[in-house]
Amino acid sequence: MFNQKRLVFVLVFLIAFSVVAAVFVYEPAWKKVSAFQPWRLGLDLAGGSFLTYEIDLGKVSSGDRDSVVRGLRDVIERRVNLFGVSEPKVYEESIGESERLVVELAGIRDVTQAIREIGETPLLDFREVIEKEDSQGGLGQATTTSPEFLRTELTGRYVKGAQVGFDSVTNQPQINIQFNDEGAKLFEEITGRNIGKPLAIFLDDELLELPIVQGKISGGDAQITGSFTIKEARMLVERFNAGALPAPIVLINQQTIGPDFGAGALRRAVAAGALGTLIVMVFMLAYYRLFGVFASLALLMYIAITLGFFKVLGVTMTLAGIAGFILSIGMAVDANILVFERTKEELRKGLSRTAAIQEGFKRAWTSIRDSNISTMITALVLYYFTSSFVRGFALTLFIGVVASMFSAITITRTWLKIFVKDKQLKTNNQQPFR
Amino acid sequence: MINVIENKKYFLGFSATLVVASLVLIAVFGFRQGIDLRGGTSWQITTHDKDANVALIKETILSVENFAEVNVRSGEEGKFIIRLPDINEGVHQNILSAIMGEFDGVQEDSFSSIGPAIGSELRRKSMWAIAIVLLAISAYIAWAFRKVSEPVKSWKYGVVTLITLLHDVSIPAGMMTLLGYLKGIEIDTNFIVALLVVMGFSVHDTIVVFDRIRENLILNRGKNRDLKEVINFSVNETMARSVNTSLTLILVLVALIFAGPPSLLYFVLTMLVGTVFGTYSSIFVASPLLYLFQKK
Repeated sequence: MFNQKRLVFVLVFLIAFSVVAAVFVYEPAWKKVSAFQPWRLGLDLAGGSFLTYEIDLGKVSSGDRDSVVRGLRDVIERRVNLFGVSEPKVYEESIGESERLVVELAGIRDVTQAIREIGETPLLDFREVIEKEDSQGGLGQATTTSPEFLRTELTGRYVKGAQVGFDSVTNQPQINIQFNDEGAKLFEEITGRNIGKPLAIFLDDELLELPIVQGKISGGDAQITGSFTIKEARMLVERFNAGALPAPIVLINQQTIGPDFGAGALRRAVAAGALGTLIVMVFMLAYYRLFGVFASLALLMYIAITLGFFKVLGVTMTLAGIAGFILSIGMAVDANILVFERTKEELRKGLSRTAAIQEGFKRAWTSIRDSNISTMITALVLYYFTSSFVRGFALTLFIGVVASMFSAITITRTWLKIFVKDKQLKTNNQQPFR
Repeated sequence: MINVIENKKYFLGFSATLVVASLVLIAVFGFRQGIDLRGGTSWQITTHDKDANVALIKETILSVENFAEVNVRSGEEGKFIIRLPDINEGVHQNILSAIMGEFDGVQEDSFSSIGPAIGSELRRKSMWAIAIVLLAISAYIAWAFRKVSEPVKSWKYGVVTLITLLHDVSIPAGMMTLLGYLKGIEIDTNFIVALLVVMGFSVHDTIVVFDRIRENLILNRGKNRDLKEVINFSVNETMARSVNTSLTLILVLVALIFAGPPSLLYFVLTMLVGTVFGTYSSIFVASPLLYLFQKK
């Protein structure tokens, strides 16, 4: 027989663990303890905008595609970061032949303005640098210089492309830029005027690079050398390409949810989950009596521990995700029901209580395993075959089902082993076998 | 004790009638697809203005652009749900400012506009997802029961599961088609998700029954008891747990319908109907079918 002390220890540990998880999960309580890992709410609950852009790669050669897409994402990311929303997200999504950029802006106030700013084609331009002397005129005042940037006609439109190259002598990474004919002419004039001086390169009005012009460059091929790493060089090239190559983006899907709307849905979902849990517990108590008590306790522990998992893993909770978890509450006691029904049968056959429980767990296992696997199959297919909104549902359902197998088997069994005793003082604890 | 096998023609007949009715409904009316499946705009606003009504809002929208299709419904507490073809951000803003000019205290609750490209891709993916889940679960059952090939071959468990699953999803699908026709309810991605969950769940009970049939068949080896008797006995033995396991899920779903967010209503309803018929099918469809299969 199992060591009773050890079982009690396991149970105390599980209870303590659940209580900690419950405090961690319940935001009003947890806020007083620590600011670690607040719940992450999806856009549908926190309010915000979800924008999907299609990138028109029609005019981009297949070799440059990745670079262009990454460059665009980078540009949009930097624009989005200026909106001042918390944790804006920009990610690529490729579906079949088409490349998309998805932008998530939680709690954004002015979506229209945001859409306008994101939609602008990134603008790359070259500016001359004029060192202006600010002489204050006062006695003994030192003169300071501040650079002033003067726009030139040369913009990203004239850039054919950019690549990372290596200096043939020093083997340092460098950036090669090619201009088209018109651009080559402009570039020749500008470099001619600025020999020995810096020439500024701006992307979206932000200074990217400030190389010194070594000499007049004609022919339309320029190199920028500097002490950057290969990674930095590659990033700069992506930005050049984003500003240079014509890859327009089109907004194909927009979803905006007001913050009050989301908060109301969250409140109702949580209330429904609590109500559902309560009804399930009442049912289990009414139908299975003492066994139902243990199943209910295991269910509460399951809820605390699983929610704790979601929170500590940083799973973004969406409305669908919460729905998936609430469903898993309804499924979590199923394993208990199968075990208890089997146990009742074994009792009817004349087994002692402890032996019947043991048989119940053992013989119900194949059904429990097979049925949970079928739900796991569904959750996996859902995860891989659908959009990001459904993924939250699939993920919480999957984790919920796996965790419920643990709670319904391990936790319930521990409770039962400690608290259910045979009525006769001496019983045979041998494995009954038919 | 309910004699499931003896009365199979009633139980199977009832199911067949519902399935055929559902398929006819789907064939005649077709699914009413939501904007995520066919493209379009779904928009919800709230206004404190007592004068706002469906006709006026519609008029305001049409004054901005003459859409072929405008659908405005009023919800509780000054909420209005607007359906349009998919529009770009410029048009969205024009309409919004027109509405704000016309009515007081207008607030935008949600706005989503989806191009047709996303819709066709979602439809394709949904079809695949449904097909894969159907086949994967059936294949898993056939595999899980491989060790008892006597007297019932394990692939037969798989085939019966497949038929039962089709039964379990066609009835809620038929119901949603009917709701679409009568009340203009649309199916969306959530509907597909609900069908998949129904498949994953309704097979639970079927497994419990099959598992018991398998066990009793092994116990009866050599005793020469009638297959009919064994199946019938097994179904009745497991009836309480089939009903109870589903009942816990049904209780949770009912809580979600009455207390949960309104936006999940039809998602939950689809699962509820699917679960109820899934439980019915595991008792009254799967076992008689297994018997019919074996008898030949």
